[in-house]
Amino acid sequence: MNQDGTRGGPVIRLEGVGRQYGKGQAAVHALRGVDLAIREGEFVAVMGPSGSGKSTCMNILGCLDTATQGTYWFSGVDVGSLTRNQRALLRRHYLGFVFQGFNLLNRTSALENVELPLIYRGDRRGERRKRAREALAAVGLSGWERHSPGELSGGQQQRVAIARAMVTEPSVLFADEPTGNLDTGRSIEIMELLVDYNRSRGITIVMVTHEREMAAFASRIVSFRDGSVVPAGPEGEVS
Amino acid sequence: MIANAFSLALQAIRRNALRSFLTVLGIVIGVSAVIIMVTIGKGTTAKVTADIAALGSNMLIVHPGQSRHGGRSAEAKPLEVADVEAIAREVPHLAAVAPVAMKSSPIVFGNDNYNTQAAGVDNDYFKARNWDMALGRTFLPSELRAGTAVCILGNTVVNELFGGMNPLGQRVRLGEISFEVVGTLVAKGQSGMGSDQDDVALVPLRTMQRRIIGNTDIPLVFVSVSDGYSTEDSVAEIEELLRQRRRITGNKEDDFSVMDMKEITETLTGTTKVLTGLLGAVAAVSLLVGGIGIMNIMLVSVTERTREIGTRLAIGAMERDVLTQFLVEAVVLSSLGGVIGIVLAVVTSAWLAGLFKIPLVLDPGIVALAFLFSAAVGVVFGFFPARRAARMDPVEALRRE
Ligand SMILES: Nc1ncnc2c1ncn2[C@@H]1O[C@H](COP(=O)(O)OP(=O)(O)OP(=O)(O)O)[C@@H](O)[C@H]1O
Ligand SMILES: [Mg+2]
Repeated sequence: MNQDGTRGGPVIRLEGVGRQYGKGQAAVHALRGVDLAIREGEFVAVMGPSGSGKSTCMNILGCLDTATQGTYWFSGVDVGSLTRNQRALLRRHYLGFVFQGFNLLNRTSALENVELPLIYRGDRRGERRKRAREALAAVGLSGWERHSPGELSGGQQQRVAIARAMVTEPSVLFADEPTGNLDTGRSIEIMELLVDYNRSRGITIVMVTHEREMAAFASRIVSFRDGSVVPAGPEGEVS
Repeated sequence: MIANAFSLALQAIRRNALRSFLTVLGIVIGVSAVIIMVTIGKGTTAKVTADIAALGSNMLIVHPGQSRHGGRSAEAKPLEVADVEAIAREVPHLAAVAPVAMKSSPIVFGNDNYNTQAAGVDNDYFKARNWDMALGRTFLPSELRAGTAVCILGNTVVNELFGGMNPLGQRVRLGEISFEVVGTLVAKGQSGMGSDQDDVALVPLRTMQRRIIGNTDIPLVFVSVSDGYSTEDSVAEIEELLRQRRRITGNKEDDFSVMDMKEITETLTGTTKVLTGLLGAVAAVSLLVGGIGIMNIMLVSVTERTREIGTRLAIGAMERDVLTQFLVEAVVLSSLGGVIGIVLAVVTSAWLAGLFKIPLVLDPGIVALAFLFSAAVGVVFGFFPARRAARMDPVEALRRE
């Protein structure tokens, strides 16, 4: 254990990463020269004004998008050199996602939603069912397996989404404004859940949020401004 | 992998049950139309063929006058018993030569009166027309020679006059004369031309000529060619013989006709075959339209489900998982349409066959073909939308509302 409560070396390392949309006059530099290292077991909150490039950076970190400049190492692998399918496999086995809008399949039961990543992984039906039930129990939704998203509250839906992300036991969980659609009470419940996953299972979490209150649950805050990381000041660290 | 794709596809279809049904409606209609057309076509052909086979598959019909040029010419010389005897004697390989003289006549039993067709025949008639006795016997040689007043009744006449009773030994009146019933015929049903073949009372030819009609003309002769011998040869030989006997020389046209039943069969079934092919083609086009319908709906569905596709890609689906899912979805949809179409076609065909009184000839080949075709429609028309879904950029897809 390091002194800040994390283990091991950087699972994520960005060096001079840039992301440019469009070309020439119309070019938008969503990210420019981002250097960032996240160690295994860290819980990082990403903050910054709207349009500062937080989501763009998250998409690159989550291997959903690729940088147009610089290099991204995930566990020592240069993600920029991977094919589309290799990046899909990386997501399948090592990464989990939670979105602001939950993104559950509607008219599909909570259990089936949570089973989905296991289907892609090729798990057997019985095994799938068991793991999905356990994941739902871990987010406090035992007994809600048969309910579809339309029959669940926002907080419950987000917990189903967390169960879906955690069921594959990823090494990094990415959450882009996971509490953006929830009230404060529900938001704090979600944050406590994430903190618990981070502490008890050592899962690395990268979370974008606008709310200081939620960022306070993280072990470190990274601030973005105009596509770059703001150098960490003394108040950047959260104890 | 495929099993998973199936469960994903079924999940998606279930989530959109109504739309899924509307999507496959085109396929349902296409598949059932193809099967119904072909089934009814085959049934009609089978019916016509069976009717003609019931007349005797190797049968020729000889009658005075030329039927090919419209109505029979009134001045054509009638056939006579001597002509019939000459055909039987001189033309080889004939199984039966059956002269027939008919007259519509009331038949009376007790107080019941019924109008039927009286026909004077000899025993070759049963052979020529492939007609078996239900009860009793055929005519005795002595009865045929002497022109005795005995008769054999068709099934309709038996039912009309006797209800369920056994008519053997009863006496009926045909015209002015009382006949003893010596036999009944098995039921044959309607002929291809829609007349009731069982509405008949058979009497010995000589009895008919002498006591009912009052002349010795023979308007019709059924000739049955022995199995394995060419009816064409027999037609030619009978024509030759009759030309000689009727002194028709050189290029003069025949004043009689010898019709080959096989020819009639071919022209009749040929028409239905062409019709079946034509309607089948129209139905195949409707299947194609159904396929385009599937493509259209799948494209809409892919666009609508963009966010879902993005989510799937984010949580671990590879390009080929999404491709397989949408492809399987299209194939499952179209095959489902195929199955519904087959069920619909079987029910409708059975109903139509009952309505038209034709046999239900379900060709398993056509059913299998229609099903495979509907599945293939899913593959072909599902591929483009599926590829579009699989190639989506996950970030773009996730941004879409
Ligand atoms: N596909 C795109 N094409 C062009 N420009 C884009 C695209 N995606 C993002 N941008 C631009 O990149 C910049 C950063 O966007 P990004 O979504 O990362 O911001 P953000 O920090 O997540 O903002 P918010 O807090 O509002 O979510 C913005 O100026 C945005 O307009
Ligand atoms: Mg954002």
